[in-house]
Amino acid sequence: MSVMQQLSSPISSSSSAFLSHSNFNSRSKNVWVPAKRIGICKCVAVPQEAQTAYTTKVSRNANMAKLQAGYLFPEIARRRAAHLLKYPDAQLISLGIGDTTEPIPEVITSAMAKRAHELSTLEGYSGYGDEQGEKALRAAICSTFYSGLTVDQDDIFVSDGAKCDISRLQVLFGANVTMAVQDPSYPAYVDSSVIMGQTGQFQKDVQKFQRIEYMKCTPENGFFPDLSSVPRTDIIFFCSPNNPTGAAATREQLTQLVKFAKHNGSIIVYDSAYAMYTSKDNPHSIYEIPGAKEVAIETSSFSKYAGFTGVRLGWTVVPKILLFSDGFPVAKDFNRIVCTSFNGASNIAQAGGLACLSPEGLKAMDDVVGFYKENTNIIMETFDSLGFKVYGGNAPYVWVHFPGRNSWDVFSEILEKTHVVTTPGSGFGPAGDGFIRVSAFGHRKNVLEACKRFKQLYK
Amino acid sequence: MYYSLLSSSICIPLAVSLQPKTTWTSTKFNNEKKVGSCTGVPRNFNMEKLQSGYLFPEIGMRESEHTQKYPHARLIRLGIGDTTEPIPDIITSAMAERVYALSTVKGYRGYGAEQGNMELRMAIAETFYRDLGVKGNEVFVSDGAQCDISRLQLLLGSNVSMAVQDPSFPAYIDCGVIVGRAGNFQEKTGTYDNIVYMKCGPENNFFPDLSTTSRTDIIFFCSPNNPTGYAASRQQLQQLVDFAKANGSMIIYDSAYAAYVTDDSPRSIFEIPGAKEVAIEISSFSKFAGFTGVRLGWTVVPEELLYSNGFPVMKDYNRIVCTCFNGASSVAQAGGLACLSKEGYRALTTVVDYYMGNAEILFDAFSSLGLKAYGGKNAPYVWVHFPGMSSWDVFNEILEKTHIVTIPGRGFGPGGEGYVRVSGFGHRERILEASMRLKNLYK
Repeated sequence: MSVMQQLSSPISSSSSAFLSHSNFNSRSKNVWVPAKRIGICKCVAVPQEAQTAYTTKVSRNANMAKLQAGYLFPEIARRRAAHLLKYPDAQLISLGIGDTTEPIPEVITSAMAKRAHELSTLEGYSGYGDEQGEKALRAAICSTFYSGLTVDQDDIFVSDGAKCDISRLQVLFGANVTMAVQDPSYPAYVDSSVIMGQTGQFQKDVQKFQRIEYMKCTPENGFFPDLSSVPRTDIIFFCSPNNPTGAAATREQLTQLVKFAKHNGSIIVYDSAYAMYTSKDNPHSIYEIPGAKEVAIETSSFSKYAGFTGVRLGWTVVPKILLFSDGFPVAKDFNRIVCTSFNGASNIAQAGGLACLSPEGLKAMDDVVGFYKENTNIIMETFDSLGFKVYGGNAPYVWVHFPGRNSWDVFSEILEKTHVVTTPGSGFGPAGDGFIRVSAFGHRKNVLEACKRFKQLYK
Repeated sequence: MYYSLLSSSICIPLAVSLQPKTTWTSTKFNNEKKVGSCTGVPRNFNMEKLQSGYLFPEIGMRESEHTQKYPHARLIRLGIGDTTEPIPDIITSAMAERVYALSTVKGYRGYGAEQGNMELRMAIAETFYRDLGVKGNEVFVSDGAQCDISRLQLLLGSNVSMAVQDPSFPAYIDCGVIVGRAGNFQEKTGTYDNIVYMKCGPENNFFPDLSTTSRTDIIFFCSPNNPTGYAASRQQLQQLVDFAKANGSMIIYDSAYAAYVTDDSPRSIFEIPGAKEVAIEISSFSKFAGFTGVRLGWTVVPEELLYSNGFPVMKDYNRIVCTCFNGASSVAQAGGLACLSKEGYRALTTVVDYYMGNAEILFDAFSSLGLKAYGGKNAPYVWVHFPGMSSWDVFNEILEKTHIVTIPGRGFGPGGEGYVRVSGFGHRERILEASMRLKNLYK
């Protein structure tokens, strides 16, 4: 297939056959190909007609060239699609991408439908909203999640989701800051950092980008980094409850983290998207830790609480007293970014968000979270019973250890032999190798069936 | 739209200067009493280069102040281009239907494709780019053009040069500054060192003299134009495409107001032969469908558009979209699809005509006063010339004396000085009232 024919193949949901980076091996030098990709992506030489195609004189952004392969989750989707082509009759079960599956409770969708209908009336029509979000929603987020924590409603910026906020925060920080991430971690932190130009090249031998500090989180250290050996960076990304490990940091650990940030003058970007999945014993917000308001930004999302993965709604808290080294408030610059690079979350999604935070909505969200938590338990028990070392339980992800094995190999084996999609741990960072992330988002019967198949494979 | 003011509990002066002269430098802070301790994280110096707040929240702030000063005045907002007319039922019903489906096992959907729902992408290609060779997979659905502009700046990075029309929609420059491409701001000229400003005024028929324009990597071009209302002709756009081709430049063509074209001016850059090799086109449902709050737009990145090393721009843009974005709201997308149905499209044309009727009324009002007015024919903006006057002064005068909000042309660049932008978005009776007040003021 010529390059142009490759390009015109349809991009199906989250998977793009032509996006296999190896099609462009002839041009991109630093392409990492995971070991033993089962004949899915072939390197093709660029045919003559493409080589004489007109090119602009605009240089490709060198930061984009540093990225290794596609973003993790579309890659998983691509593998899934390829597997379905190979086994069209397979009863594929997706426990890979953390995609919610249960319907949104009616109390929430009714509110959204109502708002949609109102847009057709003179009295109810609204155009541009505040870029920072509707006041009622900001107030409700504040009182629901930050009650008693001295967070103000105007510290809250409503968005179309945490992933988008992460990039906006990176744009805010710019290229000249250093950052640290947990290893393993949600890939958007590292990838957005690369795109922003904060990193050096990818080092294949250690599977890390230069200039990013990777804070190892493994069973050995209870999934909390040894801060005494972590050099200072400007920004520290920290996700708890953690994606992918499912570990939740304790109050004591987060106090250490805040002290560490304070001592080093760093800013923590705390991702609390899975807070509702952990027990009340563990902190749900970084602001439960004294002093956190001076060092931390918190980002969160309705995606995994309300099934809003497609509806798109989240928020970021930037406390007023969080200051850059020259005393300038971070919130002021974030506000400028939000006003300039964004135009607010969808008003219909925001109406849904407000309904989520009504007493009835909160109860409904609790039920859905409870459902996925039960899935998590079922999966954990399954692997546990098979003799695996299993971690997680505080987030809807199960982190299973396959000591000494390449995680893409295990991913492929599980996919090939049980038709269950998971996510290889190395996709989240080098310390993820040897682990598999199993997502607990799924219909109960699919989760039970998947567990049955795991038992058969690994008995 | 209101600028959320940070309260006085922090150590910055409340008033943000709206005049471009006063820059917001960090040295101001060192003299103020600091509350709380600072981190050791340096402020992004690109943010420091921005001159005051983004234009439209600044206008919103002025509106609020005015309302506080004159609580009984009947303010008429012809400033921020905010749509006012309800969305046709067929579209909101489709959105409500999609929403209800999310409560069912069968109809529930989680993450959508980051590039957008394929049905919608194809409908966009079919509706707006029929016979122009644009395919569904070249269309990337988004939550709006302003967001896409920022994502495109992120895509292209800080090491490319850019040109904008002068005057132009402020997001092109501001996002360019934020990403580190603009160089320093020169107060005297009101321009950034590293940006090329292509003057567009009556003297050159609102199309830049390309023979005197330096080469840049990127050229932002908006037609029909915000704020001048001018729609470039086919011949002019052919010149632009040829210019880009000769220079190996990339055009980022903003066609958000294409639905407002009433004559045979091109509605898409891809009507011009050769454009697919040099242009990206951004557009939006905001002004076409009243989706300013619903949030939906798209960007076309042709397969043929290549970087100097042959790498397809589309591939990198897709990576940005997958990494920095998570798709437009599925509810908004369902609405978008309904907008492009035969019935939906027809209903929206009626609303567009309504706003154009408004623009005509305002255009006539200014013309009848002997003022030189431009635009109003292919875009819902009227661009009024007040020769020799400061546009902020005119803005203030109009606001103070007629309680009408407009936008000072200077907010769109130095080429906007001496002009005021009046928006045709509003209820008809308010437009008529505004027209009357303006006639009284300037008779």
